[in-house]
Amino acid sequence: MEQTNSSFKQEKTQTKDWAYTLHHATRATHEDWLGRSISYTCIGIIILVVASMLWFITSKGIATFTQNHVNVWQFLSGTNWAPDQGKIGALPMIVGSFAVTFAAALVATPFAIGTAIFMTEIAPKRGRKFLQPVIELLVGIPSVVYGFIGLAVVVPFMRHLVGGSGFGIISATFVLFVMVLPTITTMTVDSLRAVPRFYKEASLALGATRWQTVSRVILRAATPGILTAIIFGMARAFGEALAVQMVIGNAAIMPKNLVSPAATLTSQLTTGIGDTIDGTLPNNALWSLALILLLMSLFFNALVRVIAKRGQLSHER
Amino acid sequence: MNKGTKLAMGFATISLLLVGCGKATSSTSSSKSSSAALSGKVTAVGSTALQPLAAKAGANFQSKHSKVNLTVQGGGSGTGLSQVQSGAVSIGDSDIFAEEKQGIDASKLTDHKVAVVGMGPVVNKDAGVKNLKMSQLKKIFTGKITNWKMVGGKDQKIVIINRAQGSGTRATFENAVLKGKTAVKSQEQDSNGAVQKIVATTPGAVSYLAFSYYTNKVQALSINNVAPTDNNVENNKWKIWSYEHMYTKGKPNATTAAFLSYMTSKDVQNSLVKDMGYISIHDMQVTKDAKGVVTSK
Repeated sequence: MEQTNSSFKQEKTQTKDWAYTLHHATRATHEDWLGRSISYTCIGIIILVVASMLWFITSKGIATFTQNHVNVWQFLSGTNWAPDQGKIGALPMIVGSFAVTFAAALVATPFAIGTAIFMTEIAPKRGRKFLQPVIELLVGIPSVVYGFIGLAVVVPFMRHLVGGSGFGIISATFVLFVMVLPTITTMTVDSLRAVPRFYKEASLALGATRWQTVSRVILRAATPGILTAIIFGMARAFGEALAVQMVIGNAAIMPKNLVSPAATLTSQLTTGIGDTIDGTLPNNALWSLALILLLMSLFFNALVRVIAKRGQLSHER
Repeated sequence: MNKGTKLAMGFATISLLLVGCGKATSSTSSSKSSSAALSGKVTAVGSTALQPLAAKAGANFQSKHSKVNLTVQGGGSGTGLSQVQSGAVSIGDSDIFAEEKQGIDASKLTDHKVAVVGMGPVVNKDAGVKNLKMSQLKKIFTGKITNWKMVGGKDQKIVIINRAQGSGTRATFENAVLKGKTAVKSQEQDSNGAVQKIVATTPGAVSYLAFSYYTNKVQALSINNVAPTDNNVENNKWKIWSYEHMYTKGKPNATTAAFLSYMTSKDVQNSLVKDMGYISIHDMQVTKDAKGVVTSK
């Protein structure tokens, strides 16, 4: 630094000021440092929290296999869930979770895409003014309210419709359908709006009707975005605990049909966690269920990334 | 002062608060007040069946001793036992004996029985059943009897609503009724309230509830023609009942001990306990030990 200073001095007389500005930070630079250090601290804390949660759940979750010496495959494929008697087959809950997730996404997607097309292509004004707030309201309703409505309305309705007790996968699907609908809809709307305007204009200029344009051009171009929306909806359905627990019946048995009581990973966690002792097999087994949930949400996230990447490529081509 | 500094100060405050909280919890178990006036923090965590009584009694106790800070939380019997064992709380509430729970070292805990809870089977009103033999009840919950007409009721499928595995209520019921047999896999609910609501609305449903949750919307069953009443629990004619325990780790400190003796005082036992649907421990004509052996007093 000294050398550079002296070389500057030789060349110009103003170099003293230059050197001063270079070596003595201004107020703005101080603010810059402060701002940067605050955001680094925040990021650091968040990374720490996430990392320690991952570590905690993983270490607790694998205790079932390392301390209690349960075979991983037996855990994943066993159908008898009775932790108090040392039997932990988690397949009924895994199947239950996937069943309600896929069923809810399957039912919700057509409605979500229909609503999204209406809001962006058919009636953009009314869509923005009226439907948008309605959809956003659905997001804000707490899940316990959905569960309560499910218990008071959906379960009795299903009981009258199909018999049995009314508790089961179909009731859970119905409740989750309403819960994931806004997620899928808003994200589909975003991806439809992101389709470049000239795609639409070109299609119309070629003589395509509005419906042909929507179905063959806009939906086609927005497909990666819509897939991402569906996966986000599925992630929400997969992780939902309270509302599902209230309507699914919580029976840790392999679901034979859609109207018999079943259980999901989350419902088993919420019902069981208060009655188990730290460090015992029943408690560790619940942590293993939590680990499956964690791995699944990581998988959903990875899937979203893969789809986003593929979508980009196809757009560029 | 610019925004950045304010933010930084905010963080500092939050972290200080967090540190403060950590200290407060860790000191609860170790603090020993020896002064005459009771003070300090008492935390009772665990059984949701005992929670309403403990909370009410705790509030009354606090109004008498203004320096005492008493908190009552739920979380389940398992949570209560493991938290008191680890020393995180001063009192662990439980529906079951510590000896019955795997993973708990009962020899390190001191048992304080503060109330008795009677429980019994309830069915949906449409089932057409008001009395069952104990053997029939056992066969229903083990899945041998599947229709109400097999026990003199309507031709209707039996829908079993069980409680979560490991719950205190379920353990009590299974000890008294199933006697070592395993219940058939069925629906599970995690609270008396949910069970009450579901049995009331689901045709053919059967479950069990604490006496305090009996309503006219569900049909309470007699067993072997013994009605589910407090008197029948007191003389052990009604077999399905359990103590409500408050466990402490070793010897409790002065404040905790004072609260425990307040809980078992005639004052609380004769008014609050009875008003809230529990049975006074002083009225019991029998005692039951951790292995379920009943002896008359």
